[in-house]
Amino acid sequence: MLGIVIILIILAIITMIVATGLGPVSVSPLDTAKILLSKFPGCNGIFEQTWTKVESNIVLGLRIPRVCLGMVVGASLAVCGVTMQALVRNNLADPFILGVSNGAAAFATLGILFGTFSFLGSYSLPISAFIGSAITIVFVYMISRVRGRINITQLLLSGVAISMIMGGVTQIIKLSAPNALGLHNAEFWMSGSLAGAKWAYLKLPLIVLVICMIFLQIHYRGLNILLLGEETAGALGINVKRLQKELVLIASLMAGVTISVSGTIGFVGLMVPHFTRLLVGGDHRKVLPISALLGGILVVWVDVAARMIIAPEELPVGILTAVIGGPIFIYMLKKQTKEK
Amino acid sequence: MRLKVENLHYSYGESDALKGVSFFVNEGEFVGLIGPNGSGKSTALKNIYRGLRPDKGSIEIDGENLLTMSYKNSALKMAVVGQENDVPFDFMVEEIVAMGRTPHKKLFDLDDEHDKEIVHHALEHLGMESMAKKNYLHLSGGEKQRVIIARAIAQESDFYILDEPTNHLDISYQLQIFDFIKRLNVTVLSAIHDLNMAALYCDRLYVLKKGEIVLSGSPEEVLTEENIYNVYGVNSSVTKNALTGKVSISFLPAGVNK
Repeated sequence: MLGIVIILIILAIITMIVATGLGPVSVSPLDTAKILLSKFPGCNGIFEQTWTKVESNIVLGLRIPRVCLGMVVGASLAVCGVTMQALVRNNLADPFILGVSNGAAAFATLGILFGTFSFLGSYSLPISAFIGSAITIVFVYMISRVRGRINITQLLLSGVAISMIMGGVTQIIKLSAPNALGLHNAEFWMSGSLAGAKWAYLKLPLIVLVICMIFLQIHYRGLNILLLGEETAGALGINVKRLQKELVLIASLMAGVTISVSGTIGFVGLMVPHFTRLLVGGDHRKVLPISALLGGILVVWVDVAARMIIAPEELPVGILTAVIGGPIFIYMLKKQTKEK
Repeated sequence: MRLKVENLHYSYGESDALKGVSFFVNEGEFVGLIGPNGSGKSTALKNIYRGLRPDKGSIEIDGENLLTMSYKNSALKMAVVGQENDVPFDFMVEEIVAMGRTPHKKLFDLDDEHDKEIVHHALEHLGMESMAKKNYLHLSGGEKQRVIIARAIAQESDFYILDEPTNHLDISYQLQIFDFIKRLNVTVLSAIHDLNMAALYCDRLYVLKKGEIVLSGSPEEVLTEENIYNVYGVNSSVTKNALTGKVSISFLPAGVNK
């Protein structure tokens, strides 16, 4: 387990350096690394300047915030997927598939339009997104509970329905108040993008990710035991009701905050935990950190593809994750129905 | 007295599943709950192992009120083996057994050598040590049930609650599972579907029908031809088996008269 984590951390660092250099204007990984290192205290001037001012500005001003945001967003979405899957005891749960992303987006746009949470200043957007995702999770969860168990058909269908309702709400807002969207346009909410990332966007998602990860990692036994079913979990010393509420809160926080900075990037929370479990099994002690690292690496690379494929134009990263993730979802759905 | 249940009420929405059930289990006893399908056996057990919360009534375990006890403490007092043990993701057998250690661990504790030893012993006890690294999902029904018993052993409680643990199992596994549990010398409260199994293993029986206890006593007292007809509505022939010394029940199809 430690070995895999170390390898993934090294991979993540390499990813960040290489991905920072890639784009319509390419900077070699060596130069990228030097530009970055020269910003560390005490390292200034030890490297011969082999790069241009423009390259340095692109790396430091545009790319590195974007790559860092990609890492945080990817990790959050993956861990959010793991959390939701433990909550509903099924590996098909994902913030996008269950409509949580669209719920967050709809509330975020509503928040912008009516200024409901404007007294919260710059945090009004993530907070309204968080409220939207929390409401959606609770709603979908309640609809799909039949006799104390989550019915997977109900779960997926209610996810689709809620997702459409919330998408519709976002569209209505987009059409009725075209100028009210401020920072982001409706396109952004529907398909997700990391373009325009700034250092300022990074702080809140990073803090939320760290806090949620620590909480989940401490409660890994509870997450494992929850998979055995609510009734058994109580008998193994877990306060099921409380843990479920905490997980709803955690998943909503991560989904809401992530979506407020990146829009809806779908299927990351589905794909990453799935591949993680193939790698290390179902134990959450291992699944959580490895999903976080894999999720970050995946989103950074998909984002590289998003800015390379039709350069100098950019694809929204959410469209690419949907194109990759959709077929994987269908495959997993097929496999699950076969096993039943 | 290990467990004392008094006037337990529970309803699923409109329908009353338990209507004032009272019973007790003494130290070292093997007590069976029997009754037709839907009579409330499972519901009663779930209320005791905290899968459900009673609407009314009291449950005491070792003289303490169970309903106000922390989940951790109640898990230290009793272990549960249920009938369905699905896990949606891949877990190794030893990981499933290690889950039994949960009530013993504090928030920041990782599993240490002591835990690993206990898990190993539990698997050894059930002859499953060679399967420790296998995927739990790939085991047969009987093997899964043995893993769950190993988990209960790892929980280190001496009071077991069994919810029809041998349902859907072959007869060899049914006997094996009960033999294992009998050998543990623990206090047991078990819902049992099969009356012959109940007669073989239980010291005392309670009969539930439509959410009420209608009969109680030793298997010899409870399992008579008349009682079986009254509770289940079937004719039977009850004899004493010379080898086991226990009652043995043969059900009679329509057309066979005594």
